Amino acid sequence: MILIVVEHAAGEPRRSALELVSVGRSLAQASGAPLAALVLAGAGTGGTGGALGAEAVAERMASFVPDVHVVEHEVLEPPRAETMTRALAHAATTLGASVLLLPASRLGLSCGPRVALRLGGSLLEDVTSVAFEDGAVVATRPAFLARVSVTVVAEAEPVVVSVELGAPPRASPLGGAGGVHRLEVPFEARDERLQSLSRRALAKERVALDEAEVVVCGGRGLGSAEAFERHVLRLAERLGAGVGATRAVVDVGWRSYAEQIGQTGTTVAPRLFVALGVSGAVQHVSGMNRSGVIVAVNTDADAPIFRISDYCVVGDVNEVVPALDEALAGIG
Amino acid sequence: MTIVTVVKQVPEAEARVRVVDGALDLAGVTFVLDGMDEYGVEQALRLREAGTASEVVVLGYGPRETERALRTALAMGADRAVLVVGDAFDDPLTVALALVEAVREAAAEMVFVGGKHADWDSAALGPALAEALGWPHVDWTTALRVEDGRFEAEHEIDDGSETLRGSLPVVITTQQGLAEPRYPTLPNIMKANRKPLEERSVEPRPKRSSARSYAALERQRRRVVIEGDARSAADELVRRLRDEAKVL
Repeated sequence: MILIVVEHAAGEPRRSALELVSVGRSLAQASGAPLAALVLAGAGTGGTGGALGAEAVAERMASFVPDVHVVEHEVLEPPRAETMTRALAHAATTLGASVLLLPASRLGLSCGPRVALRLGGSLLEDVTSVAFEDGAVVATRPAFLARVSVTVVAEAEPVVVSVELGAPPRASPLGGAGGVHRLEVPFEARDERLQSLSRRALAKERVALDEAEVVVCGGRGLGSAEAFERHVLRLAERLGAGVGATRAVVDVGWRSYAEQIGQTGTTVAPRLFVALGVSGAVQHVSGMNRSGVIVAVNTDADAPIFRISDYCVVGDVNEVVPALDEALAGIG
Repeated sequence: MTIVTVVKQVPEAEARVRVVDGALDLAGVTFVLDGMDEYGVEQALRLREAGTASEVVVLGYGPRETERALRTALAMGADRAVLVVGDAFDDPLTVALALVEAVREAAAEMVFVGGKHADWDSAALGPALAEALGWPHVDWTTALRVEDGRFEAEHEIDDGSETLRGSLPVVITTQQGLAEPRYPTLPNIMKANRKPLEERSVEPRPKRSSARSYAALERQRRRVVIEGDARSAADELVRRLRDEAKVL
């Protein structure tokens, strides 16, 4: 079985779930193995994160895959690596999954290695593509700060695969409705060794960075926190884009870590990436060089960012961005 | 309490990593202590300086050349080093299993691992080592307090951040912000060369996954340079994004 792990929020599957469906479908087709989805949710709260949420998510997923398995338990809220690992390992074993597909979200990257080791299987991490070749699961992923891509072959089953967010296309629903099944997981006290004291969400009004189709990113070249707000936020709003920042900007405190793109931050691959006052350090580039189209605005014609850009505007952000904002307003 | 801090040696960020006929060509590349691992070394040293830890053991995995990264950590202030000799590019699950014995022998109660290593671009080693040890882990840790066998950690999660509490033992994976690494001073670099470095081998295990081939990851970019005053440059950019790249 090819088993997809569905991440969800507010009673809706996340974009990653639909991306995993398209990956899962091609693997299922190539191998003849059945395709199913797994929904993990906290139980009994009745709110959007609880029982009602799980129901809604499962029903929605049933329009994409033939079978949906639901694990509901109070220890799954808030989600943590150890409880998720228990649930995923149990479900994979019970259902006989040969491939477990996870999103390469922070949570997915945290659980993947644990599940793979617990099941005696292999891990293909943060892959951009995955396929069956002569019966083996083979994936492609970036390595060495995304300077090269490497093709990796799984040598043990089951194969746990975490898939880069935004890499596969989103699947469309099927005609009919699949079955929804309940699954019980025997959680243990040791799964709850860590206690979550508090969780702080990012500002909700902003477009989630790793799901954004367009990203506007600011660097030190902007000169100040005020200039970042004036230019990056303005252009992001105009384009309906997610807001990103370089490490240098985060280090000086203009923006929070949550917006950082690069090795130690988020990896993004939007359709359009706009870099404002970004020099193009390797650590940053590794988090954005798989974007569709890259635009860079920088006063320094020799900035490394221009070497990986499609459109290189040599100029002052203070002048270019207002003109760009106006030009974009002109085309509606 | 003994703290183990795991380190890897990776190509320098600015180094050119080439691919020749599907194989990796690392000739002339300088290898350094992974920057994400440095945060763990620094945090461990601070815990020792605060009296919370009594010893900091730096634990490396890789070929003998990894001694260089271990010496850097020793020069920062770690007390001793252990190198488990293995292939530089073994997969993280294999590495985690190979490190378990050394962590147990050191009787460590806390292990730091870099949040994401700059060789495999992998965040798997920390969680895998925690699983292999049967310990919990906290990933992407930005702040840490340890007292009387308990800890509180701030870490990044998908939609924000979280404060976690737990009891030792634990594996902590680092994130930028955890503790700004110090530079080794010259006297400490000299001293590091005399600190104990133990080399050990482990039984080879069947590989969980293997690299088959490499390719350069360079997309062809248009590299169109748009010049002129701001207004005409903006107009041309918008036109090209709409008509040529078709992204507007």
